[in-house]
Amino acid sequence: MSHHIVEAKNLHHVYPDGTIAIKDISFRITHGESVAIIGANGAGKSTLLQHLNGCLEATSGQIRIGDTTLTKGTLPIIRRSVGMVFQNPDDQLFMPTVIEDVAFGPLNLGLCSSDVDLRVTEALAQVGAGHLRSKPPYHLSGGEKKRVAIATVLAMSPDILVMDEPTSGLDPYARRQLIDLLRNFRHTKIFTSHDLDMVLELCSRTIILHDGMVLADGATTEIFRDDALLAKCRLEKPLSMQGCPVCNRERNAQKDIPEEHFH
Amino acid sequence: MIIFSFVLQNRLSFNDPASAFESDMKSITAAVSELKQLEQFADGTSAIHGLDARAKVLVTFVFIVTVVSFNRYELTGLLPFFAFPAAMVLLAGLPPFYLLRKIALICPFVLMVGIFNPVFDRTVMHHIGQVGISGGWISLASLLIRSCLTVGAAIILVGTTGFTLVCYAFERLGVPHLFAVQLLFLHRYIFVLADETGRAARARELRSCGAKGLGITSFASLAGHLLLRTWQRAEHIHTAMLARGFDGRFHAHRQSRLGLSELAFVVVWSAFFIILRMHNFGVFNAGIAP
Repeated sequence: MSHHIVEAKNLHHVYPDGTIAIKDISFRITHGESVAIIGANGAGKSTLLQHLNGCLEATSGQIRIGDTTLTKGTLPIIRRSVGMVFQNPDDQLFMPTVIEDVAFGPLNLGLCSSDVDLRVTEALAQVGAGHLRSKPPYHLSGGEKKRVAIATVLAMSPDILVMDEPTSGLDPYARRQLIDLLRNFRHTKIFTSHDLDMVLELCSRTIILHDGMVLADGATTEIFRDDALLAKCRLEKPLSMQGCPVCNRERNAQKDIPEEHFH
Repeated sequence: MIIFSFVLQNRLSFNDPASAFESDMKSITAAVSELKQLEQFADGTSAIHGLDARAKVLVTFVFIVTVVSFNRYELTGLLPFFAFPAAMVLLAGLPPFYLLRKIALICPFVLMVGIFNPVFDRTVMHHIGQVGISGGWISLASLLIRSCLTVGAAIILVGTTGFTLVCYAFERLGVPHLFAVQLLFLHRYIFVLADETGRAARARELRSCGAKGLGITSFASLAGHLLLRTWQRAEHIHTAMLARGFDGRFHAHRQSRLGLSELAFVVVWSAFFIILRMHNFGVFNAGIAP
């Protein structure tokens, strides 16, 4: 199962206007890992993600997916194994109906019609969107669009799922549904997100990017306990690690509340 | 995009600032929701809906060609052609008033095209009592009837088939692939672009504080931004397509075939149109043709 491994070595990217987006990034993500890439706006998260399936070409350094180094020649293989879910589902759903959109990838893989149908049905069932199959994308709600966007990628049977801000713009219920859905996937998963509570629930490992460089790479719970590190990277502890908001307020106002009261 | 730029420009030059905001949003949103509504009619289950899209495209094509090919002074010869839209509306269960409203929308544009006919073409061709009717008025009326027929047929085609299937039919009938794909994408993203245009127009209105904003200057920059955003979106979509193995070719997933009912539909209607064209059943026209 070595093709589930994602490895970046000394990755460097400079945009044509001279902006240095990422500098000397190296990491290795192994089979079945669930990893969050977090950081402030402009830290280089999206740029990094776009390197993972060759949407952007590195200025220097290399990406390896399993045993394959990403080059122009290996792009089709890499794109088959790295499924990318974009932040805005409207960019992802470009076909006239849901079923055609989900079938788009498998058809490009050259599968026969019956296999395509099977894959489409399975992928839509996995995300609980079977009933949406004949709808046009502009008739879907935000949460539905997101799930269908994930199905379009699942239909290609990728080994690695890369998702840019999966929970952005979702209502709490749709967010919860999505988190539960993602938790059950056995793929190697890489997310970027500002939803650190989701990161805490889904990712055992976190990589923090700051000014285009890796500032921390380790267990999520440990990283989220490091207040100084989080503050330096313009991040905040997830709400679920901040304790009861009522008690916090009282602690600030009344110093004499006994210590054991706090969570 | 052109339509929406037009709508936007139209709305931005609105003089009454208090109602401008509401009208802005209404016109753009209404245009989009009407388009969506037309698409929803295509979900029907009538026999007409069930026909292969190619048959309907072909019949509509023959209809439009025969209607357009009449001479410019033709009036009564065109009237029997109303049988086609009427039959389609009845058989497919489309709402006639909705269609009439849609057709009425294009009348001002047609009038604009033909408005000088009566001025330049003053040859009297017919008399009603003592009043002489010039060729210009007759050709203007003919133009209006033809526009109603052809636009009506096109709307009925989309309303019974759906824009997407019409595009696929175009492709399978030999229209260049690039053109069909272009139409498909236009249709997919017109809703997204309309939303974006609506939001940009609203943002501009809200910060104009009741005045007309910076007039054409701010409109130019707004349109420029929309263009850049469209460009950026096109790049995102292309990336998303490449990420799913796109190699420049679209693979058809839908399978449909031309059966006996499609053949009968095409042959009967085409024959009907051609017979109407060859043997002019018009009576009024016979006496006044030059």
